[in-house]
Amino acid sequence: MGENILALRNISKAFYGIKALSDVSIRVEKGEVLGIIGENGAGKSTLMNIVGGVLQPDSGDMLLYDQPYKPKNTMDANASKIAFIHQELNLCNNLTVAENIFLIDFPKINKIPYINKREMNRLAHEAIKAVGLQCPPDTLIEKLSQGERQLVEIAKAFSMDAQVIIFDEPTTSLTARETERLFKIIGDLKQKGRSIIYISHILSDIQKLTDRIVVLRDGNVTAEGTTSSFNIDSMIFNMIGRDMKHIYPERKNVVSDEKKVELVNITKKGIVSNINLHAHEGEVVGIFGLMGSGRTELMHIFFGLDSFESGEIKIKGKLKSKNTAVQSIKQGVAFVTENRREEGLMLEMTVLENLSFVAMPNLASRFLRFIDKSRIADKAAAISQRLRIKSGAIEKSAAKSLSGGNQQKVVIGKWLMTSPEIFIVDEPTRGIDVGAKFEVYSVINNLACDGAAVLVVSSEIEELMGICDRIYVMSRGEITGCVGQDEFDRETILRYAFGQCAFNKNASHESEVQQ
Amino acid sequence: MNNNNKANMSAFALKLLKNIPLLLFILVFVVFGLITPVFFEWDNIENILTSSSYIGIVAIGMTLVLLTGGIDLSVGSLMFLSASSAGLLIRNFGFPIWLAIVSAIVIGLLVGAFHAFCINKLKLVPFIVTLSTLVALKGLTLMLTKSVAVEWPSAITGMASRRLLGFIPLPVFIFIVIIILVQLMLKSTPLGRHIYAVGYNSEVAAKAGIDHIKIIAVVYILCSVLAAIGGIISVTQLGIVNAGYGEGEEFKAIAAAVLGGTSLSGGVGSVFPGVVIGTLLIQVVQAGLVYLQVDIYMQPIITAGIILLAILLDSLRTMLEKRLERRNITKSCE
Repeated sequence: MGENILALRNISKAFYGIKALSDVSIRVEKGEVLGIIGENGAGKSTLMNIVGGVLQPDSGDMLLYDQPYKPKNTMDANASKIAFIHQELNLCNNLTVAENIFLIDFPKINKIPYINKREMNRLAHEAIKAVGLQCPPDTLIEKLSQGERQLVEIAKAFSMDAQVIIFDEPTTSLTARETERLFKIIGDLKQKGRSIIYISHILSDIQKLTDRIVVLRDGNVTAEGTTSSFNIDSMIFNMIGRDMKHIYPERKNVVSDEKKVELVNITKKGIVSNINLHAHEGEVVGIFGLMGSGRTELMHIFFGLDSFESGEIKIKGKLKSKNTAVQSIKQGVAFVTENRREEGLMLEMTVLENLSFVAMPNLASRFLRFIDKSRIADKAAAISQRLRIKSGAIEKSAAKSLSGGNQQKVVIGKWLMTSPEIFIVDEPTRGIDVGAKFEVYSVINNLACDGAAVLVVSSEIEELMGICDRIYVMSRGEITGCVGQDEFDRETILRYAFGQCAFNKNASHESEVQQ
Repeated sequence: MNNNNKANMSAFALKLLKNIPLLLFILVFVVFGLITPVFFEWDNIENILTSSSYIGIVAIGMTLVLLTGGIDLSVGSLMFLSASSAGLLIRNFGFPIWLAIVSAIVIGLLVGAFHAFCINKLKLVPFIVTLSTLVALKGLTLMLTKSVAVEWPSAITGMASRRLLGFIPLPVFIFIVIIILVQLMLKSTPLGRHIYAVGYNSEVAAKAGIDHIKIIAVVYILCSVLAAIGGIISVTQLGIVNAGYGEGEEFKAIAAAVLGGTSLSGGVGSVFPGVVIGTLLIQVVQAGLVYLQVDIYMQPIITAGIILLAILLDSLRTMLEKRLERRNITKSCE
């Protein structure tokens, strides 16, 4: 057993009477990568927020180098050389890379509060070089990609000489190449004797990257041990408390001949060209493409969030006259957007309010169209139960207080309230755990069984192969292939995704696929 | 080829649009000058600079508040209060001029501290807090002055015509000093960078360890202090504070800041050249309209029209920028 850097003893924490953590004790050794896994809402984020000084525990204590450690805020944690890299990066996009790195500790000229820009940029340059970020230190954050921004956060941890670095779901918005680079950096940090706490839902990454694993379930530690003592199945078993026989639900939907949706020659210059696709009643249709292939843009156009130049959209055989979101909703189309925090939820508002937004006009009273609160509440409660949304009272808890998987269920629930016939879901399982994934798949499956047409946009091939009847593949704004269930094959789909020529030239492109 | 030309055109248009306030300023200045050549005379230019100085100072304070995503509607009333109370202190209580001026600045400081208290501790919305003080400070001043105009001693009015280095009027000098100080503060001190950080997103700033409560307090206090200074500088030019004094100045200050590229949602904007150009543009338009003897009732309408035009052009710029940045996905466009 190595030297303990950080020890948490009997930590408990409750929110509004709901226990998030009870009696959790873990330790972090010097120079190790500790993986923390658990379902959404198991308490991982709460625990890390306590270590990072964002939250204070109700009871229990922490020891850092055998000394009591009681951070009251992020600054205290940073001063104790503990850095927390949040899933939602914490950077000011209107400031430069260097300014973000030194935001609370600017190098000054002598003692006067005048920033020594040359020194700041020199130090920042060193720090970003150490994490392999190639840009001048005076670049504005808004000019960087998501992966580069994350490197800035790591550089920041590096420059404060952090001994413990916490990563919360760091790979959700990274490309495969950026992910690989991140893993290499984590390896380097470990070599330099830094301790890493790594939280992720991607169990294969956990297996590859960590030395030890702690599994949390419902606020308790259910298993702990070296990574080699776990396999994926045992991780899942400890996370959800039962065996998971299937990753995908059994498919029972029946595809009819009736076309629910048809896009004919949809073109928008520079974005998509000549898109032809359709989905039948009861069919789950996948749309696969690499990042930037135009799949999300296409769905925006289809739903009416963006205009198109030529082509036709037909819904249930009828030409869509006005391409607006309002029109789409009226015709029974639902759109679960890719980015739930920014596009799918009003984070500050309650779960009930979030659930009721779209359906509100349908559920208004006949007389004067007043909002029918009890009707909405009843329906929302039913949906929340059906989706098993884990939250406090839905009329009281804010959407932001929910875990990622439950937030996603709220977004889906919001649309289920309208009983849609055409369901578009964009990256429905990004950043959520295996259990929640299964539930999302089941919702999709059930919708199809009830006769809806479902369009699933995803960058995970396995996921699409597991739940779809047919998969369209997009590359550079065009549909390059359509594969039926009996021909599903990773190779084929990827070949279409790279466009034929690109694939032949360079087979190693496969690493660009999102994990 | 065709596409290339188009892209170049867009890039050129973008460059033009980026400097809209400056271009509009030059355009308006030249047009007015061609119509009435007196406009180009040094006396007039000095006049414009002097009258820009007080509104510029108030606009700089406003910019600080806008940078954090807040707003201060009370600046006009505070100018009224500070100028009147300084005048009253001199006339009725025999205060020396310097002490009266210091007192006026302290009044500004207290008002700013009150704003900060309401916003930080009572968690009230800046718009409502400062809308209330807009009305309350006006009422307070009318009560103190009993609606009678307050005259300042001639020693003060003489200050406005004093020249530094033989040609810089004192108000302009103070304006320049404040521009330099605030510019340095914003660009090169931790406080300045923290103002931008809080304006971008106060939650992110707080998580990064910035004391955003303190930052908010500082900007509201600075804004009020600068408004008080602006009020005094303005009165050194007029010599008298009557009941309508300060009305509508908040509009000019906000307009000058926005013309200078300051975003109302915070995090974006600059004092120099931004706000300075914005202020000059507004003053040139106003002075020009006087020279052209435009109907006095038409003047505010035209001023507002030009400001709206400038902001419209600026929003065109943002749209064009977005379009240029949009990725081309399809092959055909390469």
